[in-house]
Amino acid sequence: MSILLDEETRVIVQGFTGDKGTFHATEMIAYGTNVVGGVTPGKGGNEHLGRPVFNTVKEAVERTGAVASLILVPAPFCADAIMEAADAGIRLVVTITDGVPAQDMIRVKRYLWRYAKDRRTTLIGPNCAGVISAGRAMMGIMPGHIYTRGTVGVVTRSGTLGYEAAAQMQALGIGITTSVGIGGDPINGSSFVDILALFEQDPDTNAVVMIGEIGGPQEADAAMFVKEQMTKPVIGYVAGLTAPKGRRMGHAGAIISAFGDTAAEKAEIMRSAGLTVAPSPAELGGTVAQALARQPARPVLAER
Amino acid sequence: MDIHEYQAKELLTAFGVPVPKGGVAYSAEQAVYRASEIGGMRWVVKAQIHSGARGKAGGIRLCSTDADVRQAAKELLGKTLVTAQTGPEGLPVHRLLVEQALPIERELYVGLVLDRKRERIVVVAHPHGGMEIEEIAQREPAAILREVVEPAVGMQAFQARELGFGLGLAPPQVGQAVTAILGAYQAFRELDATMVEINPLVVTKDGQVLALDVKMSFDDNAMFRRPNVAELRDYAQEDPREAEAAEHGLNYVALEGDIGCIINGAGLAMATMDMIKHAGGEPANFLDIGGGASPDRVAAAFRLVLSDKNVRAILVNVFAGINRCDWVAQGVVQAVREVRVPVPLVVRLAGTNVEAGRRILKESGLAIHTADTLSEAADRVVAARQ
Repeated sequence: MSILLDEETRVIVQGFTGDKGTFHATEMIAYGTNVVGGVTPGKGGNEHLGRPVFNTVKEAVERTGAVASLILVPAPFCADAIMEAADAGIRLVVTITDGVPAQDMIRVKRYLWRYAKDRRTTLIGPNCAGVISAGRAMMGIMPGHIYTRGTVGVVTRSGTLGYEAAAQMQALGIGITTSVGIGGDPINGSSFVDILALFEQDPDTNAVVMIGEIGGPQEADAAMFVKEQMTKPVIGYVAGLTAPKGRRMGHAGAIISAFGDTAAEKAEIMRSAGLTVAPSPAELGGTVAQALARQPARPVLAER
Repeated sequence: MDIHEYQAKELLTAFGVPVPKGGVAYSAEQAVYRASEIGGMRWVVKAQIHSGARGKAGGIRLCSTDADVRQAAKELLGKTLVTAQTGPEGLPVHRLLVEQALPIERELYVGLVLDRKRERIVVVAHPHGGMEIEEIAQREPAAILREVVEPAVGMQAFQARELGFGLGLAPPQVGQAVTAILGAYQAFRELDATMVEINPLVVTKDGQVLALDVKMSFDDNAMFRRPNVAELRDYAQEDPREAEAAEHGLNYVALEGDIGCIINGAGLAMATMDMIKHAGGEPANFLDIGGGASPDRVAAAFRLVLSDKNVRAILVNVFAGINRCDWVAQGVVQAVREVRVPVPLVVRLAGTNVEAGRRILKESGLAIHTADTLSEAADRVVAARQ
């Protein structure tokens, strides 16, 4: 099992025929992802990478039964693309695009709430590496070969630091169920808490690695969630010990502006909530190995 | 992106926010002319830098004659102003705002922020203006008023009225405050701001409500659709290296240490800097070269890092995902040949085709130390520091 995505999931790509869409769709297909088509307005009726191209997401859903969409359209058009996917009934939208205006994300998230819970779209990203269920399927831009199939869930704001963690785990023979990049923006489609909740329910995930960074309230919220609602061990790390106050460290969301935003404060909140915090980013893999060794298979909560 | 007070006031005026009469001046002569244009007997001359706490640093002068205005302008222009918020290096004053000085009855705080927890625009108000909001939050948290804006419909007049009455204003002033607050909200919304702070919003002795000092910050990601805001950027208020980095599409933040960092990905960059700190060193900078580590980008990154004279060693850490390590290694070798690197260089590559990448570095004949893991890389660069 895995969360969000597996080899059966019918996936389309929005921005399919562009350079990025072509490159990453090719990689995704090679990894085994069930890419059933794509959307590029104005190019409908053509074929690309052996799959049909549609003008609208609605048409793509009707004709292919797609339930998931990877969005690679440029930032100015991203909010529109996400809302189009949600309106067409797509259940999982993964947005890779970097540079989406924050107020667009406020509107997008408000829009997603129009729909009742049982048909509401789960949005991952933007500004993320995507989602990979190791050995099954990938919706994203990550190097698939660094993920081994296994029993640990990974959720991370950073793409490359997520790769680092996956590679360290692979070197120690630790496999992954699903790795989710929630993105580096101030307003994310899904939060750490949203993804942790999915891992808690996934029978094949035994432990979770959560990689945060400076800025925003998400890590503290997640720590509370772990303390109050999770039975599985969670290993945490917060990047950005040396970041000065008020400076944006690359990611739009990586800025210390309020109380509790620093790496040290967040790590302390995690520790006091019972998470195991890796002493350094070089010891992510090692800390997971220790936690797994300490934690013999625990009973998993029945689905709520 | 930040802008100057006078620019923020010009923008807000267009949305109906009342501000004192005033204008920008680049010279002492112009400052005197502005004062005569405004008229009256009392003016304030305010240094325009991207920082608050200017008053305590001597950047705001009250003047009652032309000679005073000229003197204040002469003293401030060209000066480097060090405030509690600028850091010890301060910021240069090239522009002044000359404004009418008004007798003030009350000072209030109004701020609009993008609240990350609520994922909404939130308007915050407090009956005691003039202080920093952090200070207010610590001293009198109970008196903070908040209105959360529903994004589907935007801010409503009743919300602004609740703030006005909540601040203890009399009905005529509530009406004026509503205009100011709704105007500030419209500006926030339509210009893609991330922060609008009116601190203080004042009530004058004759009952006018005015935005006496304002600060605005904007969403860099939205500047593609706000050219009139983007053009207000003042590079003189930024670290020149950061401005140059931005031109190359690189993300650079200057820090205090002596180990230069060139890394792909913001999270990996922060984590690598954490490792340097664990190994007993201090990073000289944050630098994310992004996904594609092409020779041009890597060369630009080396030049940038080396322009900081404190740098005594450089660490390159690239996790090649979609790129291949051999390709990144070629980029590094080419860049090092092109840009003379006079300090020890440690390169750590990981990911796709890592063996081929390491071979290229070794066979280049260049003095490049290699490392296999993150901790090895940090240890080596700290040890290699001259």
